Amino acid sequence: MKIALVGNPNSGKSSLFNILTGLNQKTGNFPGVTVEKRTGFSKMPDQTTAQFIDLPGIYSLYPRSLDEQIVSEILLHHKSPDCPDVVVVIVDATNLKRSLLLVTQIIDLGLPTVLAMNMMDLVAKAGISFNLIALSEKLGIPVVPINARTGMGVDQLKKVLSQEVSPSTKVIFPVFDEAKSGVEELRNELGIDNNYEAYQFLQQPTSLSFLKAQERIFIDQVKEKHKFFPGKFHGAETVQRYGFIQNLLDEVTLEPANENRTSQSTRFDKILTHRIWGYAIFFGVLFLIFQSIFAWATVPMDFIDGLFASLSNYLNDVLPEGPLTSMLAQGVVPGLGGIAIFIPQIAILFAFISILEESGYMSRVVFLMDKIMRKFGLNGKSVVPLISGVACAIPAIMATRTIDNWKERTITILVTPLMSCSARLPVFTILIALIVPDKMVWHFFNLQGLALMGLYLLGFAAALISAIIIKLLINVNERSYLIMELPTYRWPKWSNVGYTIVDKTKAFVFEAGKIILAIAVVLWVLASYGPGDHMERAEEYVLQESENLRLTEQGLEDRVAAYKLEHSYAGILGKSIEPVIRPLGYDWKIGIALVTSFAAREVFVGTMATIYSIGSEEDQTTIKSRMRAEINPDTGGPRYTPAVGFSLLVFYTFAMQCMSTIAVVYRETKGWKWPMIQLVYMTMLAYVSAFIVFQSFS
Amino acid sequence: MAQMKPGEVAIISELEDDILSVKLMEMGCLPGATIRFNFSAPLGDPVCISVSGYELSLRLEEASTISILN
Repeated sequence: MKIALVGNPNSGKSSLFNILTGLNQKTGNFPGVTVEKRTGFSKMPDQTTAQFIDLPGIYSLYPRSLDEQIVSEILLHHKSPDCPDVVVVIVDATNLKRSLLLVTQIIDLGLPTVLAMNMMDLVAKAGISFNLIALSEKLGIPVVPINARTGMGVDQLKKVLSQEVSPSTKVIFPVFDEAKSGVEELRNELGIDNNYEAYQFLQQPTSLSFLKAQERIFIDQVKEKHKFFPGKFHGAETVQRYGFIQNLLDEVTLEPANENRTSQSTRFDKILTHRIWGYAIFFGVLFLIFQSIFAWATVPMDFIDGLFASLSNYLNDVLPEGPLTSMLAQGVVPGLGGIAIFIPQIAILFAFISILEESGYMSRVVFLMDKIMRKFGLNGKSVVPLISGVACAIPAIMATRTIDNWKERTITILVTPLMSCSARLPVFTILIALIVPDKMVWHFFNLQGLALMGLYLLGFAAALISAIIIKLLINVNERSYLIMELPTYRWPKWSNVGYTIVDKTKAFVFEAGKIILAIAVVLWVLASYGPGDHMERAEEYVLQESENLRLTEQGLEDRVAAYKLEHSYAGILGKSIEPVIRPLGYDWKIGIALVTSFAAREVFVGTMATIYSIGSEEDQTTIKSRMRAEINPDTGGPRYTPAVGFSLLVFYTFAMQCMSTIAVVYRETKGWKWPMIQLVYMTMLAYVSAFIVFQSFS
Repeated sequence: MAQMKPGEVAIISELEDDILSVKLMEMGCLPGATIRFNFSAPLGDPVCISVSGYELSLRLEEASTISILN
């Protein structure tokens, strides 16, 4: 049995889903679309197993954002195998009036429906009392009071669901007379079993992507023939439904609310949206988030790093020598390590974001930032993706789905990768250590720390400036609006936070993981094979070259590795792009690192280690001292001058060196146009800025 | 209603914008409904109102399409 959970945002839908399914849940995608689908299984009282689907929060069946559209499509496509057998509509019972609009729409669709009245504890606190039996009779569907935070009433809900639930016999909104003949014809021709479903097809065929081209043409013909023009009917339908709801509430409300609950929330808002305290608190929260990402995450990150390094060494030692071992130890394992190392930062970031969302504070952040963000062609809701971008652009770009304006969403997607993600951090750290002295200024600020902060600000500034420019370039005049509920402040439910962390981390591991892993293997091939006999006979060549140097065994091995890399396909690629990157101050060795880090930036450090023959151990201090000692043959001075260092830093800040992000943007924008534009503009920005930096410093 | 001051209460008389009115009505801003102006964001925009028993934020631009009686 397939059961869909539908409800307004903040109705407690996710809490109910988590209680019903526990850890027995997974996130996938709806076929053909990009919206996440959370499904899970639950044992029912009759010992059968039911599948639950958690759908994005909506206020009505008329969608505005991508998230909302998917819900309408699932509920309106009765012939689809995805169509649920039963719909559970969950409502915030303290806010019944607005919630009932969606309930009445779903009842009219003729699907078996159950109403779950959530937050009954708050209803009691607010002094409200309902006649639930009367409510159930008037709506013609079972009504179950629950508290999704404690799990109260959930067993009762399951019991109701395991009995046969039949569709309501009531019709709350009989379609308008003007639409009747058209609805009739659609039902006959397309075999639709319900008036309101057919009416919805007439109302909004363009937002229902499952309709085939000929069905659309047919619907247009029917509209034309019966002179049905949807425009004014949508509003009239809403008015009629609210009329029904008002009468219903008058009958079933025994005791109305006293005003305490919202006024308490307003008291919080006096501080949290205050002109000074509001922003101060917001920046304090941001500071706390960054502090924990950068300071607290390093411990588990170092641990993961060490773990994979020793695993790689271990495999090298125990497995017989050969290309397979080499691929496993130098390609696959470091590739997996490259994914796992970001898990702590992503988990911490989403813990914070989830807490902010659960508590209701995130809506206030949108409220505070909307006016500022609009100046840049963004939306208050762009703040969440931009903050998430500091950990990883992949979940950040997926978080843009809540932005209902297409232009603002596209701009947010395009500029989010300019926020410095955690993959840039190892590159920044090593380059800054190389060129910025480790000194204190004004007894308080560490110069290296300041440089790092400067790079993050640079990325943020670039994101805002790019947004303004893209805003002027995209010539679409779609109306932008922000009509958003400010939910009552609540204490976050920690298990929900936990589920979000698991969910987002999993999404990252699988989304980015498969690409990073594939790239790691491709890079291994590029770096391990080359034309001619240089690869097989590397040792001979190195011995010939260094006859006079008395190399230790380790030294010889490292030199062989460096020789191999130079003559591999990756090395050849690095050399062939040298003319292009010379104006930025880079040589072919840096070129190899640029080529390898085009798939994922963090590969830079590992590549540097191999090029400079430090072997496979990525010890930061060794790499650093080796890079510092590298001589530029043209000048006779060090290769990594401040000019080269800053040029590289700026390049890595701006360049789109992340295959996984490109893949996600492709999926989210449904085509290659935007990811390609993004790749080109970011690469150009990186190249030009690095050029200017290098030329003006040297 | 864009001229309302914090704490003021009024009744919606008309929604002037055809496209926005649909969304506003779905969110409970129906002609005849009572609204209370709670507060505006520090930069003056957006604003927060109480309507149909909950709190809703909207931009001044949207708020100005709501005519009120008070």
